[in-house]
This record gives sequence, structure tokens and C-alpha cells, in this order.
Amino acid sequence: MFDMVMMLSLLILAVSTLFYFYRLVKGPTVPDRVVALDAIGINLIGMTAVISVVLKTNAFLDVILLLGILAFIGTVAFSKFLEKGEIIENDRDQ
Amino acid sequence: MSFLHLAILLPFIMALFVPFFYKWFKNIHTGWFVLILPIILFIYFFQYIKPVSSGSNTYSTADWIPSLGIQLTVYMDGLGLLFALLISGIGALVILYSIYYLSGKKEELHKFYVYLLLFMGAMLGVVLSDNMVVLYTFWELTSLSSFLLIGYWHTREKSRYGALKSMLITVFGGLCMLGGIILLYLVTNTFSIREMVTQAPIIMEHAYFLPAMLLFLLGAFTKSAQFPFYIWLPDAMEAPTPVSAYLHSATMVKAGIYLTARFTPVFGLAPEWFWLVTGIGIFTLAWGSFHAIKQTDLKAILAFSTVSQLGLIMSLLGAGAASLHFESIDNNVFTIATVAAIFHLINHATFKGSLFMVAGIVDHETGTRDIRRLGGLMTLMPITFTIAIIGAFSMAGIPPFNGFLSKEMFFTGMVNLLEFDLFNVDTWGILFPILAWIGSIFTFIYSMIIVFKPFTGKHQPEKLEKKPHEAPFGMLISPIILASLAVLFGIFPNVLSYSLIEPAAASVLPYLLEEGESFHVHISHWHGFKIELFMTLGVIVLGLLLYIWLAKWNKIYRLFPQKWTLNNAYDRSLRGLEKGSLKIQEAYMTGFLRDYLGYIFTFAVLMTGWALFSKSAFSFKTDGNAPVGVYEFVLAAVMVAGTVTVLFAKSRLTSIIALGSVGYGVSLFFVFFRAPDLALTQLVIETVSVALFLLCFYYLPELQKREKLPFKLTNFIISLGVGTVVTLVALSANSQRVSETISKYFIENSYKEAGGKNMVNVILVDFRGFDTLFEITVLGIAALGIFSMIKLRMSRGEKS
Repeated sequence: MFDMVMMLSLLILAVSTLFYFYRLVKGPTVPDRVVALDAIGINLIGMTAVISVVLKTNAFLDVILLLGILAFIGTVAFSKFLEKGEIIENDRDQ
Repeated sequence: MSFLHLAILLPFIMALFVPFFYKWFKNIHTGWFVLILPIILFIYFFQYIKPVSSGSNTYSTADWIPSLGIQLTVYMDGLGLLFALLISGIGALVILYSIYYLSGKKEELHKFYVYLLLFMGAMLGVVLSDNMVVLYTFWELTSLSSFLLIGYWHTREKSRYGALKSMLITVFGGLCMLGGIILLYLVTNTFSIREMVTQAPIIMEHAYFLPAMLLFLLGAFTKSAQFPFYIWLPDAMEAPTPVSAYLHSATMVKAGIYLTARFTPVFGLAPEWFWLVTGIGIFTLAWGSFHAIKQTDLKAILAFSTVSQLGLIMSLLGAGAASLHFESIDNNVFTIATVAAIFHLINHATFKGSLFMVAGIVDHETGTRDIRRLGGLMTLMPITFTIAIIGAFSMAGIPPFNGFLSKEMFFTGMVNLLEFDLFNVDTWGILFPILAWIGSIFTFIYSMIIVFKPFTGKHQPEKLEKKPHEAPFGMLISPIILASLAVLFGIFPNVLSYSLIEPAAASVLPYLLEEGESFHVHISHWHGFKIELFMTLGVIVLGLLLYIWLAKWNKIYRLFPQKWTLNNAYDRSLRGLEKGSLKIQEAYMTGFLRDYLGYIFTFAVLMTGWALFSKSAFSFKTDGNAPVGVYEFVLAAVMVAGTVTVLFAKSRLTSIIALGSVGYGVSLFFVFFRAPDLALTQLVIETVSVALFLLCFYYLPELQKREKLPFKLTNFIISLGVGTVVTLVALSANSQRVSETISKYFIENSYKEAGGKNMVNVILVDFRGFDTLFEITVLGIAALGIFSMIKLRMSRGEKS
């Protein structure tokens, strides 16, 4: 029963990833896509957590933390790029 | 190491010192120093006449590469001695002549004598080596030094052309010969020519016999300017005249003759040898003499005459090989052909050397070699004229000069072939004496042209650049000596018979002789009323008539269009080769990376696919595979969709985002397949590389074409092929595991041996830390590379 629930939640997460992916491909504007990518990252966190439970291991907890950080960094980088056209500003260039 | 070795090496050693002589003794002509060497060598070789003619040959070995059977073996027998005497003797005369011919002030003498000494040493090496690899080494050295000598006046276009042509043709032949040497080595397991001769019956039976023989003949024919490879010789006349006299009449062109003679005992029994050597020789004789007449340059006439005379000697060697089919020398009429070949070889060296020197004198004193501008030099240059008469009459075969004797023997040899009853000679054999006779008539005509056109007739001083006068005495010494030899050998031919000719013939036809036997060589002027005599009479009469009416029938030479000449064929094939290779290169070296990638991928797909197909290596087994969950399917679908999006995205940004999603998907797969370290790294790297892509974006021009990538069918097919093949290989590899993995060891020992519980990390830094070290190095190099690429942008015109 427990396994069933876990599998079901994994499946739901996967399907939701698929839908996010639809938004990523289709998304009329680039910000739509960036948000979709961010959400995919968060979904991956969920999936990793569920997998960890299924596999009865705590080896992937690092991955969850890292995903959180990276999804944030990635989104910020994209946002900055969309905002200013570059990621790392060079003071001397201005 | 004997003194004979030293004799070969001495010219090379001397060549080392020549530039110093040139530099230190500016006032003395460098040639005087060089002259000493060939004279010493000649005297040294002269001492061998007695032992060699009494049948004791000298043999001496020095180590070079003994592990490969390559030894510096010198072997002095009749043939080698004859050539060594020719090389050193005529070498001395030519150097003496060149002292007066080349001006010490205008010419770069040190180069000239270095090249000439190189050539002399190489040529001595060719004729005295018993080891075939050593022979080949010296053979190529003669080609090389000949190339340098022909191109001596390297500022002239024609010299360079002639040098290149002779180089290409003779090196082509040399390489063929090397092939023949290797084949013979495979058959007999020795490089020694003497041992090869003893194994001749084994070689005859072997499958490599014919290819080896043909390759050897190619080498001999290119070097000795036989049809159709003679074309380099007339162009080699751009060399200084001493060089033409030495290399292109007396010595180098006879290296091919030497090779043919040397290998007659090995190959001589084959019918192909007989037909090729005799046939091509006799054809070259007729062809060369026929074409000599239309030349207007004295040296060009002499070049074609050399070609034709070499053909004569070659055909005689071929005819002489017929004698090998008899058990002994009793009643063996064909041995006379070999004797005649050797005799004519000596004679040709004497009269052709002197004629070249005459041509050089005429050129030197009048400023031209064109027979149309020359005339009436007889009274101005009486000595030169006398030498020319002796040389040319000897070449034409007029008594009492030596050419007459060898020509008579040549006719005898050719007529004797009619009695030869093997290889269908009875049907086509009649052509030999006929062609020989026709060739001799033309020989007679051009010999007359050489003498009478420049020296008789009307003197036209206005056409000449200089006021002609007799040459300085020093220049005349060498041709006088050669001409006297021509007369001497003509009147007393038997001084040569048992001293030089018989031992040489004995080494060409070694196993005909019993112990203590020798060839009967007696050269006499008077044979009685035989067919040869009438042939000679016919040659003289017909030749004279044709010479007198030369102007009338001269026009037939215009019948042959320039297009059909062999020179034209050579030039065209060379140009065609260049153009063709340029075209091929331009066709596939497009300069576009995508084309090269196309070749690489196509090749990989075709080779791998062909291997899979031809070895029927594909297999697909599912047992042992893990079950696949639904979420894995969904994730795979996401990744496929991401990949497809990358391909069909309209903007680059979409591609990058899609690529990022694929990377994240991969990291989730790592999670599914229980690889936490990989997942961690993959996530970080994916994020960093997406950020890097975005960084690049800033510097790209405004998202250029926002349209889709253009669809190309070939690219599509190639990429499909690559994907299919790689997938098939992966499936087959997975289905055909042959042994257990070694991971068990790591599982058991990572804590026990290395004290770590994270097995991946233990492998990375402990069991296989070496790889990690160099991955670190790679990263370091990449970082440094990026740093220097950004910082050092000199091509942008900034300060360095």
C-alpha cells in the first residue's frame, strides 16, 4: 500500500513535470520558459525525495539541497540575463 | 674493411675537403686538387687487372647492419673492374677538362667538385658492391648527384626542368629496383649478389621471379635511358659539358647496363628477359638514332646518340643471355654478343667522351652549339676537328677505329640470333638484324652531321658571338687521350681482350665456364667475306647517300606532330597529375568543418555498420535487464521532448533552456539509478554550463536568424545513421557480456583497504587516483587556456 502511494506520487510528479515541459516548449515568452524550468527543478526535488523514501536511503538528501540552491541560482541568472542582457556585470565596462 | 672499401669512400672524404681547398687556395683552380684522387684510384684499380684476368676475384666485407644482412661487401671481378677503371679513368680526364672548361672566377667550383666527387664515389659504390641494399643506396646517390649536377646552373629555367625530369624518372626506376631487391630477398633470404647467382634455379621457379625481374628491368631501363624512359637524357644536356661527358655518356647511364649485365646470371634464362632486354634495346637503338638526325644542337645529337648506343649495348646483353641455354662454351655462338656488348661499352666511353668534349670546346670557343650557325671551323680548329673525326667515325663504325670492330661484332651477334631456336625467335628474330642495320645507317648519318656540319662548309662569323679559335691546350688533352684510345683500341683491339673483356664476360656468364676455361676473345679486323661485312658496306654506302640527300628527305620529321612525342606525353601527364590532384583536393578539402564532420561520421557509421552486418554481430537479449517503471518512461519522454526542442527551436534561448531541462533530466536518472555523486556533479555542471551559454550569448550578434535550422537531407541521414548504429552497438554489447564485472572487488575492499565508505570517491582518489590527477590537469589547462584567450588578444590590433 505504502509502495503504491509512493509510486502514484512519483507518477503524478512525472506527469506534472511533463506538463511543465509543455509550457517550457510552448511558452510564448522566454520568462514563461524560465519559470517552467524553475518549476521542473522544484519537481525534481520532490521526485528525488520520494525516490529516497522508496530506496530507503538518505544518500540523496544532498541532491535535494543542491537542487534547491541551483534552481534558485539558475532562475536568478536567467532573470538577470533577461533584464540586463548579461549575467556578470563588469564595473569597468560601464 | 679493406683498401677497396677506402677506394669507394675516398671520393666522399675528398668531397668534404673540397670547400676548404676552394676557400683557402683562391688562386689555384680547385680542380687541380680534385684531379689527384681519380688518378690515384685509376692506378690502384689498374693493379687489379692482373689478378682479375687470371681469375682471382677480391672479396671483402665490413659490418654495416649485420642484423639485417646488410653488409658493406665489395667484390672486385671482371665486370666491376671494367667499370671502376672507366669511372676513375674518364673521371680523371673529365676533371682535367673541367679545369679548363669552367672558369675559376665565375663559377662556384666548390659546389661543382663536391657534386662530381659524390657522383664518382656513388658510382664506384654501385659497381663494386656485392650487397644489393648497398648497391641501391649508391644507386640513389648517383641519381641525387646527377640531379645536382644537371641543375648546376640553377638560375636557368631549363636546367631546373632537366634536373627535375631526370630525378623523377631515375628515382622512379630506383624505387622499382628496390621493390625487386626486396622480392629477391624474400625468395633467397640474402642480399648478396654472388649468393643470388648460385641460387638462380630456385629463383627461376619462384612466383616472384617475374615481378622481380620486371622491377629490376624498370630500374635498369630508366637509368640507362631506354625506350620510353630515354626522355630525361636529352634534357640533362643543360648540365655543364664535363658533366654530360662524364655522367650522361660514360658512366651513370651505364649503371643500368651494369645492372643488366650483373643480373644476367640470375634472370637470363627467362624468355621474358631475352625478349625485353634485346627487344627494347634494339628498338631504342633504332628510335634514338632516327631522332638524333632532326636535332640541331650538338649536345642534343650526342644525347640521342647515347640513347641509341646504350640500346645497342642493351640488345647485345639480351642476345648474350641466349648463350645461357647451352651447357658449355663449345660452339656457343651467342657468347660473342656479350663480348661485343662489353667491347662496345669501352669503345662508347672513349669516343662519346671525346665527342662531348669536342662539343664543349666548340661551344666554349664560338658561343653556340647550334649546327645551323656553325660551319667552316676546320681550318680554325684543326685539332678539335681531328678529334671529332676520330670520334664520329668510330661511332659510325668506320675502320680502322674501334667502333668498327664492335659494330661488326654487333652485327654478328644479331645475325647469330637467327640460329636461336627457343622462344619463337625463328619467327620474329629476323627483325633484330634488320632493326640493327637500319639503326646503324642512321647512326652513320648523324655521325657525319656531327663532323661535317660544324667543321666544313661556309664559315659564318656574323652569326657567332665570339671569334672562334683553337681551344687552349689544356682543354684538348682529355679529348686527345680519348681519341688516341679510340684509335689504339681500333688498331690493337687485343690489348683489351684478355685483360678486361674476357674477365668481364666471365662475370656476366659465370656458369658456362668450367674450371680453368675462358672465353675465346679474339677481335680481328678481317672476318672474311661474311654477311657482317656486307652489312657494314651497306651501312656506309646507304648512309653516305642519305647524308648527301639529307635536305631532301629531312621533311619526314615534320610528319610527326609535336603532340605525339613522348616529351609531350610526359609534360602532359605531369600537368595532369598536378591538376588532377588539385581537383581532388579541392573537391573534398572544402574548408568547412561540417563537411569534415560529415566524412568522419559517415566513415564511422559505414565501418561500424559494415562490421556489425558482416560479422552478424547484432544480438538483443532482454534477460537480466531491470524492470522499467512508469515514471522512468515519463522522464525519458521529457528528455526526448527536450532534445527535439533543441533541434527545432526557433531561438537560441529556447534551445539553451531545453538543453538545461535535458541535463536536469539526466541528473534525475542518476538519482533513479542510485548515483548520488553523479547526480550532484551533474546538477552543478549543468547549471554552470547553462550559465556559460548565457554568457556567450551576450557576445553573440543580436540573435541572428530567428528562423529554424535549415533542414538538410544528408545531415539528417548521417545523424540518423549515427544514432542507429550507436544504439545497435550498445544493445549488442549489453547482450553479449562475456565475463563478470570487477566491481565486486571494490565493494568488498573499499572500506577494508582504503578506509572509505563512499565507494565512488574511494575509486576516484584511491584505487584509480591517477585518472583523477589528470582530470584535474585538464581542468587546470582549460582554466589557463580560457584566461589566456581572454587576456591575450593580440590579433585584435591591441598592444601585446
